[in-house]
Amino acid sequence: MKIPLSWLKDYIDIDLSLEELARTLTMVGLEVEEISVIGLPLPENSGRQEFKFTGLAWDPEKFIVAQINEVMPHPDADRLTLCRLYDGSQEWVVLTGAPNLFPYKGMGTLEQPLKVAYAREGAILYDGHKPGYELSKLKRTKIRGVESFSMVCSEKELGISDEHEGVIILDPDAPTGTALVDYMGDAVFEVSILPNMIRDASMVGVARELSAVTGKPLKIPSRKATSTGPRIDDLAAIEINDPNLNPRFVLGLVQGLEPKPSPYWVQRRLRLAGMRPINSIVDATNYVMLETGEPLHAFDYDVLVQRAGGKAPTIITRAADPGETLTTLDDVERSLDQHTILVCDTAGPLSLAGIMGGLESEVTETTRNVLLEGASWNFINVRRTSSRLHLNSEAGYRFGRGVHPALASWAVDLGLERMAAWSGGTIAQELVDNYPQPPFDPLVSISVQDVERKLGVTIPAQQIAVILTRLEFVCKVDGDIVQAQTPPHRLDIGEGVIGKADLMEEIARIYSYNNIPETNLADELPPQRNNLELANEEKIKDILAGLGLQEVITYRLTSIERETRAYLQGQSLDPENYVRLLNPIAPERSVMRQSLLASVLEILEKNARIREHLAFFEIGAEFIYEQKNSLPMEPRKLVIGMSGKRSNPSWDLQTSGNLDFFDLKGVLDAMLQKIHLQDVSFQPAKHPSLHPGKCAQISVNNTMIGVFGEIHPRVKQNYDFLTPAVYIAEIDLEALLPLIPLRFETSPVSVFPPVLEDIALIVEETIPADKVEALIRQTGGKLLADVRLFDVYRGDRIGAGKKSLAYSLTYQALNHTIESAESTALRNKIVRRLEREIGAVLRDN
Amino acid sequence: MSEKPTILAELEHTQQKALALLAEIQDEEPLQAWKREYLGKSSSVMSAFSSIGQQPKEFRPLVGQVANQVKQALEAALEDRARIVTEAALTRKIADDRVDVTLPGRQPLTGGLHPQTLVLRRIFAIFAEMGFQVYRSRDVESDEYNFELLNIPAHHPARDMWDTFHIDQPGVVLRTHTSPGQIRVMREQAPNPIRVILPGMCYRYEQISSRSEIQFNQVEVLAVGKNITFGDMKGTLNGFVRRLFNADVRTRLRPSYFPFTEPSAEMDVECFVCGGKGCSVCKGSGWLEIMGCGIVHPTVLKNGGYDPEAYSGFAAGMGPERISMLLHKIEDIRYFWGNDARFLEQF
Repeated sequence: MKIPLSWLKDYIDIDLSLEELARTLTMVGLEVEEISVIGLPLPENSGRQEFKFTGLAWDPEKFIVAQINEVMPHPDADRLTLCRLYDGSQEWVVLTGAPNLFPYKGMGTLEQPLKVAYAREGAILYDGHKPGYELSKLKRTKIRGVESFSMVCSEKELGISDEHEGVIILDPDAPTGTALVDYMGDAVFEVSILPNMIRDASMVGVARELSAVTGKPLKIPSRKATSTGPRIDDLAAIEINDPNLNPRFVLGLVQGLEPKPSPYWVQRRLRLAGMRPINSIVDATNYVMLETGEPLHAFDYDVLVQRAGGKAPTIITRAADPGETLTTLDDVERSLDQHTILVCDTAGPLSLAGIMGGLESEVTETTRNVLLEGASWNFINVRRTSSRLHLNSEAGYRFGRGVHPALASWAVDLGLERMAAWSGGTIAQELVDNYPQPPFDPLVSISVQDVERKLGVTIPAQQIAVILTRLEFVCKVDGDIVQAQTPPHRLDIGEGVIGKADLMEEIARIYSYNNIPETNLADELPPQRNNLELANEEKIKDILAGLGLQEVITYRLTSIERETRAYLQGQSLDPENYVRLLNPIAPERSVMRQSLLASVLEILEKNARIREHLAFFEIGAEFIYEQKNSLPMEPRKLVIGMSGKRSNPSWDLQTSGNLDFFDLKGVLDAMLQKIHLQDVSFQPAKHPSLHPGKCAQISVNNTMIGVFGEIHPRVKQNYDFLTPAVYIAEIDLEALLPLIPLRFETSPVSVFPPVLEDIALIVEETIPADKVEALIRQTGGKLLADVRLFDVYRGDRIGAGKKSLAYSLTYQALNHTIESAESTALRNKIVRRLEREIGAVLRDN
Repeated sequence: MSEKPTILAELEHTQQKALALLAEIQDEEPLQAWKREYLGKSSSVMSAFSSIGQQPKEFRPLVGQVANQVKQALEAALEDRARIVTEAALTRKIADDRVDVTLPGRQPLTGGLHPQTLVLRRIFAIFAEMGFQVYRSRDVESDEYNFELLNIPAHHPARDMWDTFHIDQPGVVLRTHTSPGQIRVMREQAPNPIRVILPGMCYRYEQISSRSEIQFNQVEVLAVGKNITFGDMKGTLNGFVRRLFNADVRTRLRPSYFPFTEPSAEMDVECFVCGGKGCSVCKGSGWLEIMGCGIVHPTVLKNGGYDPEAYSGFAAGMGPERISMLLHKIEDIRYFWGNDARFLEQF
């Protein structure tokens, strides 16, 4: 909403600087986004600019209200004129090319001089001939032999609008010789209107807020013109079919008017407020809408009479029939549904109620009698219709948020007066006012204690009443209680406890949020508990980062195609289980992910071009719709992805080789160890993304917690990887987190020396390594402090189908030094057990 | 009596010669050669011992004694010399042993956390110390929890505030804010007091640009109890921002509108970069918009199971991405989910 300062000042005295005014508006809930200065001086730029100022200041010495006394032809140029111009102290001859001065050419001394905005030599203004707004300084020059050093200005040159077709012709009462800035210097405040403050999408509304906060009285405009025409009751009637849709409908009539350009000050205000002047009839409706917040609509009365077969028209409001159509005044045929409210007459639809008029009955150049509508509409219906038809209008914007029906008659009265004033004509007596459903304006009582309890500040009842009264609530104070009657321009005040909250906001807003003292919470502290699930997730993140992995957080919105890439053909995720968006922003973000694995693979692929060593992980939810007509499951997963070189490149380091299955397994081992899981085991497994020979599942206490391995070469082909192989682990956090012990115990550290011994065992290829180690540990018992596999050998020396596993054993006791006899006995025991149970042969060399 | 055996003079001579030579030795290798020459098995001193038997009887003890003295003198001198040689060698080695300290270090494999994990932890930690615990809830929500129960009925003008992603199931949306968690936690806790923060990923239908994302984190703050005021909200949130920005920054509250709070406010923080003087971060205004907040609307309290006549509360919501962008001068919000290693490694 654009608020010209000069217009606002019609309703309230303002003695604040532009910045103070912007701050005051902002702090009352009308956030000022930008201030365009139109002639007034710009504030000093001292580094900090709390508000954004743009625009042009008019030097009072250089820009003057002047009058053209005569428009003379140029001796050598048909398209130029020479004006005899008086600037209040001296007469000049000024060269112009303005087409709107041509009609006055050769008329001799004008009976009524033309008032204009005159710029003297050296004035800084916008170059009217260049696109956009480019400043230039007015210099002395010669055009076609005539000296030119000053000019008569267009709106564009002054920064009022982009209008440059002709020069501004000011209203006849403009005082010649006055500095232009004093006559019409202005500033436009671009204010954003909160959804619950639609009442302030109007000059009076903004002035009311200012009045409340500054204490200056609000000057509410009212109609003063008298009606001299016939009584309206005989000339028009109203029928409301559904008061729920149309609680009030008001009509007024102006007869014998003639549309023409509005007075310059009206046109200028409309332009500054962001609307295009059309003619004095349409301008009056728009002017009053901007003034009061109530949109008005003007019908060509004679068209309605004609449609009624020469009789007095009856306006009928009703819901549209499905399939019904109407051509709106923008010449588009609209097809309607049952939520659209129509303004009709006996011959059919006239306009889209609250949104846009129809083409047939709109005001034209030939209109001489105007029937003026002011109404109120069900905001939900208006919203539905504007959003369904993608039809945004100033009227729809206001009615779609709720306009109080009480405004209708006030605004129609003002509209009639302005229309008659600007277009001539007489106003018919009375209004036709059909008001079947006045809204309930609640009476809310609020106490000093209520305010204390919610705001934490004691505001005396009298002060509460003052604040609310300035907002036009009618207040009665009874001790600590204020009874406030909601004024008839607001639909946002509820009843009872909600009404109290609504008033609380008004009180706090005007009292100023920043005057409420800051306190510390003194209320009862709720029982303090840990969020174990979160704590464990964060712990896992720390462990993985400590192991050299980088955390990523990816988009949870993806596409089925993108996720299908991560799986072998025919084994992708069930498309039925996707959470699908009804209104995706793009096809590649059309479902919620079902596969965190796919997300992490994409990040690996992307970074493969940037880094030689890739090691990432993500913790996040997957979204799986197993049972429609409820909400989907959102299980949390951990996915680790690794690929590329084992270490970062360095200037002297030998290549460390590529990451493989066991690098990933090592990370998992370390992670599981750091979260103190017991009984972890690995078995070969299958996974639709992974290589069948390099895939394992991880079990903890026989609970499967995840799968890891090498990405299947056929899956890898779907991606653009430069690295030889990609490794992925997919861990089910829903299964893992509950297994993490709340507590863990440590083992004592022995002070006695260890005995170290290496043994190599030849076993059948089919015997898994973890079984051999488990047997060694079991047999070694407490004295066997550690077992570490340090070599795996296959080859001719031990025969086909066999492997040699070399272990480093550490014997150590907590309470004595182990002698060689004891360690030898233990080793023999281990070897014998392995020979017996798995046919291992001790390899001696 | 026989003549003094010549060997005695020879030994003396050998000693003088050997000691003189030894004094000249600077390196380990000649030292070893010297050792072989004068103390080796076939050296003249060692041969002197084996020649004792061939000496006249009366001189045998003397020869043995002298040979022994010579041997000990040589050994002692060798030990001294060896110490000097070793010391000198070490000194030379140290003098020669230099690296180009400007060569790059070898980078170990350092992992790291995503910037948003880091900023969320920072937020969690500050609120945890004020007794606020973390409560998480689902991303895919019902219209009821995301809107209706938060005092945003269908077709209400407030719905324009959120551009919503709808799911192909009726009445299901991607949450547009973490506020549905307010209802969930209230329904679990009523009528007990509540102090929670609700973090989570939210979604809005927008064009992705350097300033806006379709997916973003939000952290909501909720306190409900019998005596919670607007002043408490100011105190709590001011304490939070002062700690977040590590500065005694000024804040201000501007009236705003959210359907689930009333009164509602936007909190601005005086720019922590320029101290309010105006800079590129605050775009000259001196203020940074940091979060929305307000007193919990009676309808929301009621929907959460609390009697709005007896209970009150405040709620606030902030964007951790915005906070990171301000703290670390990140100029493109798309970096966060882009996960380019070159960006992530900077944290």
